[in-house]
Amino acid sequence: MNRILILAGLASLALCAWVLPLIVSDYVVRLLIMVCINIVLVGSMCLANGFTGVFSLGQVGFVAIGAYVSGILSLSLADKASYLPDLPMFLAHIEMATLPATLIAGLVCAAIAIVVGLPLMRLSGHHVSVATMGFMIIVNVVIINADSFTRGARTFTGVPTDMTLPWVVGWAVLAIFLLARLIYSPIGLALRSVREDVIAAQAVGLPVLGTRLLAFSFGAFLAGVGGSLYGHYLGSFSAQTFFFPLMVSLITMLVLGGMSSLSGVVTGVIVVTALSEMLRNLERGVHLGPVSIPPLFGASQVVLGLLFILVMIYRPRGLFEDREISSVFKRRKQRSNS
Amino acid sequence: MNSLEFTIQQIINAVSLGSLYAMVAVGLSMVFGILKMTNFAHGDMMMTGSYATVLLSALGVPFPIAIVAGIAVSALTGILAERIAYRPVRGAPDVTLLLTSLALTYVLENLAILIFSGSPRSFPTPDWMNEVFAFSDGAITFTSVDIISSTSAILSLLGLGWFVSHTTTGLGMRAAAEDMAAAALVGLDINRLIVIAFAIASGFAGLAGMLWAAQSGIIEPDMGFSPLLKAFVAAIVGGFGSIAGAVLGGYLLGALEILIVGFGPTELSPYRDAIVFALLIVFLLFRPGGIMQANREVKL
Amino acid sequence: MTDTPPLLTVRDLTVKYDAVVALDAISLGIRQGESVALIGANGAGKSTLLRTISGLIRPASGDISYNGQSIRQSSPQAILRGGIAHCPEGRRLFGALTVEENLRLGACTRDDAAAVRRDVERVEEMFPIIAERRKQAAGTLSGGEQQMVALARAMMSSPRLLMLDEPSLGVAPLVTKLIFAQLAEMKRSGTTILLVEQNVKLALALSDRAYVLRTGRIALEGEAHALADDPRVFHAYLGVNE
Repeated sequence: MNRILILAGLASLALCAWVLPLIVSDYVVRLLIMVCINIVLVGSMCLANGFTGVFSLGQVGFVAIGAYVSGILSLSLADKASYLPDLPMFLAHIEMATLPATLIAGLVCAAIAIVVGLPLMRLSGHHVSVATMGFMIIVNVVIINADSFTRGARTFTGVPTDMTLPWVVGWAVLAIFLLARLIYSPIGLALRSVREDVIAAQAVGLPVLGTRLLAFSFGAFLAGVGGSLYGHYLGSFSAQTFFFPLMVSLITMLVLGGMSSLSGVVTGVIVVTALSEMLRNLERGVHLGPVSIPPLFGASQVVLGLLFILVMIYRPRGLFEDREISSVFKRRKQRSNS
Repeated sequence: MNSLEFTIQQIINAVSLGSLYAMVAVGLSMVFGILKMTNFAHGDMMMTGSYATVLLSALGVPFPIAIVAGIAVSALTGILAERIAYRPVRGAPDVTLLLTSLALTYVLENLAILIFSGSPRSFPTPDWMNEVFAFSDGAITFTSVDIISSTSAILSLLGLGWFVSHTTTGLGMRAAAEDMAAAALVGLDINRLIVIAFAIASGFAGLAGMLWAAQSGIIEPDMGFSPLLKAFVAAIVGGFGSIAGAVLGGYLLGALEILIVGFGPTELSPYRDAIVFALLIVFLLFRPGGIMQANREVKL
Repeated sequence: MTDTPPLLTVRDLTVKYDAVVALDAISLGIRQGESVALIGANGAGKSTLLRTISGLIRPASGDISYNGQSIRQSSPQAILRGGIAHCPEGRRLFGALTVEENLRLGACTRDDAAAVRRDVERVEEMFPIIAERRKQAAGTLSGGEQQMVALARAMMSSPRLLMLDEPSLGVAPLVTKLIFAQLAEMKRSGTTILLVEQNVKLALALSDRAYVLRTGRIALEGEAHALADDPRVFHAYLGVNE
């Protein structure tokens, strides 16, 4: 019964993804694509941050790596010759389709995560967030200086913009599915135990470092995939695209919904994306008959930041805390029965 | 090039840079000591004060007065931040505190963009601050800003040292950092201590921001971000929560960066920030409590 | 003695940690000049009661009045200024600060410098080791020395009511004897004392009356000398049902 419902849901989602672009405006489609990519990105942060107890501020570093790796791999040979003339031979003659490039980007990120996670995931307490943020800085500095791979501080351009709605819907569904499988499995239980109490988890024999590393590197894989999708959506980007502002907006989505809940991730992404889009329109200036409000650059971020602070004060564990929509339904049923 | 003179020049540079890091780092450490909060919005106190100074001197206020007023604005921003954003989440888990400060920095920086636009503005450094002193045929050069930053940093840090070891309020701050409940039991007004700590921390950041701006000649909304991250490194290396440790960490970091830029191979210089953070991660593995071992963390 | 109104009255006081009830509608009173002991097993709620009286914990319901005024909403600072000092369990000295600085913070609510100086001299007379260790970081002192400094720090606010939480814990017997001798001296000079102590014999010897707490409730109360011979006191400790 349940399975049929899920299949029906997926089928209708797929139908929407195919049909919607024919009906609604390009603008709405672009917005929906952004929502799906953000679901992948915020989902990746949810795993690393909500389920291990190590709050990583470095996830955006993986997003950057994913975007650049996939960008370099899928750039056309002609573009490569003109934009990246100093690329090493083995890369200069590769022109990949988006899908393999995306997967490779994810795997590269996962591999890097294992290497940097070995020291990072050993740390705990107050310093780990600064150290993980350090990772974001390191990635940023390397991208700006690795001229022959990234065009340095200049815009990296020419990435095929082939993100269609069905594509990203597929990735978002896959990301949520994989995360759900992982989180609500025995491994997920281990993750949550490590989050709740490191010493107790160690005492019952859970390999804390291994569990954290697994979550961190799988999160990095998804971040790399999301970064690749983001890159193929934008077409051109620079090191500054994947920096502090992106980190804050992703974290806003994460904390709004609740960082230990997948339903929270989806809700947070939708609410924040919709809200910031609305605010951005207001920001450009509004004309209401004779009254016109001048453009207010930065206003949307101010409002989002304030919303973020309000969530922290009144609902620090997010809208969903650590529940899922399905369990919310379950609880209601139990209550009405009793 | 005479290597002795080169070394002296690098030492001057290191002290000048280290002074700035130390002044930002002490504030981070003071606030962390009492609230256990990793305060990402601390860097923005550098920004608010500098903007106030620019605004005031554009209105014709004499530069020294504009500087003092700017520092006061920084301190005031810190007090308001505590009142409005941090007090309601006091005692919440670390992550909540950290995220609140992260959100606040986002608000403040975008507020600055909203009001002053995102493009850099020039900082009205008076000519007497840009005066260049050259010795040994220009092998050793420094400006008055270098002297002013180093002396004002050292004097103000000594003043802070005296304050926390000789006044009841300063002793109370150290007491509260060590044991908040016991500090409340001996009758210390914790709210007052926290407000004063934020005022001092933000005032120091404001002063550092002015000197930073005087050296670079410009101010922009996110000018506090990079020095903030460096100050985190300094404070953590010194032992987060220890004021003396933060000062030591600041000067060590200044020396390290100048060592990389001045004495390392030239290809390394642009990777300075990456190297600093990589070393921080390695350092934390071996000495999670910092040089001073101010607080021990659970080790895996 | 019985007609004097109580200095401190606790009425139906309930304290909860999240869902766990730590104190369950406790009522008790302490008269001026009296010495009262709170005894009971670990987790009975003794420390919670002291922490609630000194304003560190807010009660869920009930009231605390001191000198005829409710202090249930007062800040720890206001309560201390009112004359209630709390010498906490585990001493809680500021380890990085010197002994002298710890004493100075103990007097931070007072501004009569001359009287504070007299009080420093007084505690140094009571515990000469304090004068010897004056410039030493409190964290470097032995357990017994720390306990003496903690007691001295609490006395520096010149309290009317002194609350002590386990002053003998981790302290050598000889030092415990010295501390209790000084407490008896303070009691004679008129200080009201509320004492939480695991060592029942010591506690009852110092006190006029005692309350026996058991899982957040008062299991027994009475004159100290009567309770000293009461087998039920030991039952309360062992958690055996009478």
